[in-house]
Amino acid sequence: MIEVNDIYFTYPTGVEALKGISLTIKDGEFVAIMGQNGAGKTTLVKNFNGLLRPSKGKVLVDGVSTKDVSVAKLARTVGFVFQNPDHQLFSETVEEEIAFALRNFGFDGATVEKRVTWALNLLDLADYRKTSPFMLSGGERKRVALASVLAWDPKVVILDEPTIGQDHRQKENLRQFIVQLNEQGKTVVIVTHDVEFVAECSPRVVLMREGRIIADGEAKRILTDTTLALEASIVPPQIAQIFHGLTFLGLPSDVIDVSEAKKILVEYFRGSQR
Amino acid sequence: MSIIEAQCLTYTYPGASKQSLKDVSLTIEKGEFAILTGPSGCGKTTLCRCFNGLIPHFYAGELRGSLKVADQSVKEHTIGEMAKRVGLVFQNPENQLFALSVEKDVAFGLENLGMPREQMQERVDWALKMTGIEDLRERAPHELSGGQQQRVAIASVLAMQPNIIVFDEPTSFLDPLGAQRIFEVISDLNRKLGITVILVEHRLDLAAKYAGHVIIMDEGRIVLDGEPREIFNSEQAWLLGVGIPKAVRLWRLLDESGVALKGVPISSDEAIQRLKEVLWR
Repeated sequence: MIEVNDIYFTYPTGVEALKGISLTIKDGEFVAIMGQNGAGKTTLVKNFNGLLRPSKGKVLVDGVSTKDVSVAKLARTVGFVFQNPDHQLFSETVEEEIAFALRNFGFDGATVEKRVTWALNLLDLADYRKTSPFMLSGGERKRVALASVLAWDPKVVILDEPTIGQDHRQKENLRQFIVQLNEQGKTVVIVTHDVEFVAECSPRVVLMREGRIIADGEAKRILTDTTLALEASIVPPQIAQIFHGLTFLGLPSDVIDVSEAKKILVEYFRGSQR
Repeated sequence: MSIIEAQCLTYTYPGASKQSLKDVSLTIEKGEFAILTGPSGCGKTTLCRCFNGLIPHFYAGELRGSLKVADQSVKEHTIGEMAKRVGLVFQNPENQLFALSVEKDVAFGLENLGMPREQMQERVDWALKMTGIEDLRERAPHELSGGQQQRVAIASVLAMQPNIIVFDEPTSFLDPLGAQRIFEVISDLNRKLGITVILVEHRLDLAAKYAGHVIIMDEGRIVLDGEPREIFNSEQAWLLGVGIPKAVRLWRLLDESGVALKGVPISSDEAIQRLKEVLWR
């Protein structure tokens, strides 16, 4: 779905943010891009939808180079939800906000209406149809931003730091929602620092440091590797930390999920009682 | 000795139809490290705005009930007077920094107090040292990483030598290691200088181990108030869906399956200790 071929990216200020990245994201995959502040995560995903174009190398989306198509056209395939919803929202009502892009893509009035209603219901925003996005709370504005992107049904959805400023329950709702999107066949890419959130979703993890990819694999493997974690300025999830402290018992060290942790510990405990 | 005493605080923002604080009573002891948490919109930030007088002096609206902070009644003292005792550090340090160098940013509040130059220099040096950013003195704040910027913001507040510092989700924008380091700086200020800390936070996995007091709000009210272990183990905290640390979740699952640990662990180190006691024989 997305093929990144040895790309480099330098900002006009001279900062080299990407230094030779190659990465393939398959149709229907769920990928989390992680790493320290300033590692180049957001720069990388902005190259996925043509908001930025590589200084060197190539990005292919659905087989087409991002250099050969307009951002507007790419957006139809790759929807981007910004970290700060205020960078994205501008309309007077929530309904208008969602309808805006649909009209730009040339959908007819009846389809726009249908899609707006669908997206409002999907993100539990129907009550706010006529409300100004700026009257809503931060968490609600994030949902409006997400609804406006999902409304045009892009094949790929990119979410930049979706959990920032969300409370525990909102995060749990977001997690279920993302997993559901992915199960329905969407390719989902999230950029995040939130190790506990990633531990709960268990996607493929791409770890970045200083413009390069330093690891790529299952969440379970990447998040429990203490050397990698330190290199990428992440802290392993709490369950991984606990199991790391118990390896001398012969327990596995690659555990990030609470239920799995319980199962392993209960079995060990029963075994030791015999 | 208490440093914050709130009795029956009720507050509505001007033009709002709903009360943002409802009958809030709370005591925070001098030198405590307290975590204030609860669902978005529960009134945490509103309550913090009362501590330094932004409510009612800046946001207007009527504040009912009584609130004493560091021996001063908030209603009867100006924001300027409260600011000497209560410092505020926000979520996004960019909103707080503006000077051309770190040093100037940290000195700004002191200049406003009209402090003599020499004393000011001493204070700035001390604040930079306490937050571990002496080497950034000459740098421009906007060129720094998010974690460094947040330390500058903390140093600026610390330079005023407040009795209390309120941190409103100070690590949301930081990577996990950057966040952990900020929590360590905060914990140092609390332990070494005796500064009373109030930390507004959702991510309790990282922060819980530093706190001796947890307060949970919901819909403008305080619903739980006490010792962390007790709070995280209470049915109500689980029902409210606050971010109970994974160590506590694991403890509870184990308990239900007949593996009883001695006491509720709130950090990974504690969990490892408790598990060793039961499993290692």
